[in-house]
Order: sequence, then C-alpha cells, then structure tokens
Amino acid sequence: MFQRLTALANPTRFLGLVERLGPWLVGLTLALFAVGLYGSLVLAPPDYQQGETVRIMFIHVPAAWLAMFTYALMAVSALGTLVWRHPLADVSAKAAAPLGAAFTFLALVTGSLWGKPMWGTWWIWDARLTSVLVLFIMYLGLIALWRTIEDPTRAARLAAILILVGTVNLPIIKFSVDWWNTLHQPASVMRLDGPTIDPSMLWPLLVMALAFTSLLTTLHLYAMRNEILRRRIRSLGLAAAAGTAS
Amino acid sequence: MTGLLGPHAGFILASYAITLAVIAGLILWVRADHRAQRARLAELEARGVRRRSAAARGEAAAATATAAPEPRP
Repeated sequence: MFQRLTALANPTRFLGLVERLGPWLVGLTLALFAVGLYGSLVLAPPDYQQGETVRIMFIHVPAAWLAMFTYALMAVSALGTLVWRHPLADVSAKAAAPLGAAFTFLALVTGSLWGKPMWGTWWIWDARLTSVLVLFIMYLGLIALWRTIEDPTRAARLAAILILVGTVNLPIIKFSVDWWNTLHQPASVMRLDGPTIDPSMLWPLLVMALAFTSLLTTLHLYAMRNEILRRRIRSLGLAAAAGTAS
Repeated sequence: MTGLLGPHAGFILASYAITLAVIAGLILWVRADHRAQRARLAELEARGVRRRSAAARGEAAAATATAAPEPRP
C-alpha cells in the first residue's frame, strides 16, 4: 500500500489513474444512489413516532458522516504534507476542503429541517449542533487560508498545521451526545453493542452512506486533477515570466 | 406526492431538494474548474510555453525523425 501511494507521487501517473478510474466511479455512484433512494423513499417504512419525516435521516446521517470523514481524510493528507512530504498530499487536502464544507452544510441544513417538525425549533446551541457548526467554520477558514497565501509551499505547511490542530473537534462531535446532555439523539448505528435501527431502515441508510462516499471519492479525484493542472499552469507561468525576464 | 409524505412533507422535500442542489453545485464546480484549467493550459502551450518533459519529448521525436535512414534507391 505504501509503495502504491509513493508510486502515485508522480502527478502524471495520478492523472492517468483518474482518467481510467473516473468513469467507473461515476457509474458506481449513480447505481448506489438509485438503489439507496429507492430504498429510502419507497421501501423503508415510516417511523412509528416521526412518521414520514424519518426519511430526512437518509440524507442527514450520510452527510454528517461525510463531513467528519472528509476532515479525517484532510488530516491524513496533512500528515502526508508535514511528515512524508508527499507531493500530492496538499493537493488532496486543498481539493477536499470545499467538498467537506458542502457536506457539513448539508448536515446542518437537513438537521435543521428535521429539527423544526420534530423538536419544534430550527436551531439550538446543543453540543452536537454547535461542534458541527465549528467544523463548518473551520472548513471555511481553511479554504480562505489556501486562497490568501500565494506561495503553495507555505500555504501547505500552515494549512496542514491548522488541520491537525482542528482534528480535536472530531472526537468532540462524535462523543458530544455522550458527554453532554444533548437534544440530539445518541448514536443509533455506530454503537459497540450494534445498531438500534430496524434492518428495514438500516440497509437503505448504509447504501446511501456508500453512495455519498462514492460521490466524495469521485469528486475528490476530479478536484485533485484540477488542482494539479492549476499548479502546472502556475509553474509554467512563472517559467515563462522568468524566460522573458532573462 | 406531498400527501404521501405526511404533514411535514415540505420539510422532507426541502431537505432532498437542497441536497440535490448542493451536489449538483459541486459537480458543476469541478467540471467548470477543469474546463478553465484546460483552457489556460492550451493558451500557454499556444504561446510556446511547455513543460520540460513535454519539450524533451518533442525534441526526441524530432531527432529520431531526422536520424531515420535514407530510403535506398
């Protein structure tokens, strides 16, 4: 595995991989969403308490998982930048940030749309909701940092340090429902003693989570391709400017 | 359709609509960004600005073309 990662250190080889893998990932994502949405909207029964509004769960929960998974992916990339100095590490982190921000936004908005009919409020400064809002603000801060600092090398180091400092928020989000008395319900799937959700709802949820993950993987690879091209253009521009100057 | 989704159909439909809009936005952003990068790369290459590896490949191809043996009459 490590040799494969270092083999991909060559951007040209990575671009070739994206060209080959991309179409298959798009097909897989579409298939997973088709099955997941059919299971979520047609096959899954209404909840005995929440009724049909439980169907919001099938997009809220995967979005929340992806919000955290994307940040964890950026944390690994940050280690790649600072420790292994992998040339594509910063490309990966920078390409992932907008995707993570989008999924975090979806988790907040669908959670609010689910909370209003069920809790009677759009928002509450609950430990889970607040820590996810902090995650969203951190994504925006990282995106701003990359856009502000011109030199990619310096931006990469600062972003990597900020990402790693921010990873403390992930366990806070995960365990907020256990550490504090929250309105948000405790975990129903990721539990040591197994899920508490009925299988008729659990399998569509897991398929939707796979679909979102496949979507993230596809978009992340294509966004990395764009970032590699952007950096090539920048170095070509600098070379051309240096050429005309000399 | 909304009758099927119960008294809170609006919240459910809004959730799915916003999710669809955000995902479509991400896809459009990635595609538009790619088109922009390719256009700028083509513009640089039109001005003769190439990567060293591309330039080296070009010279190697030119060298093998000139070194090709003269066809025997």
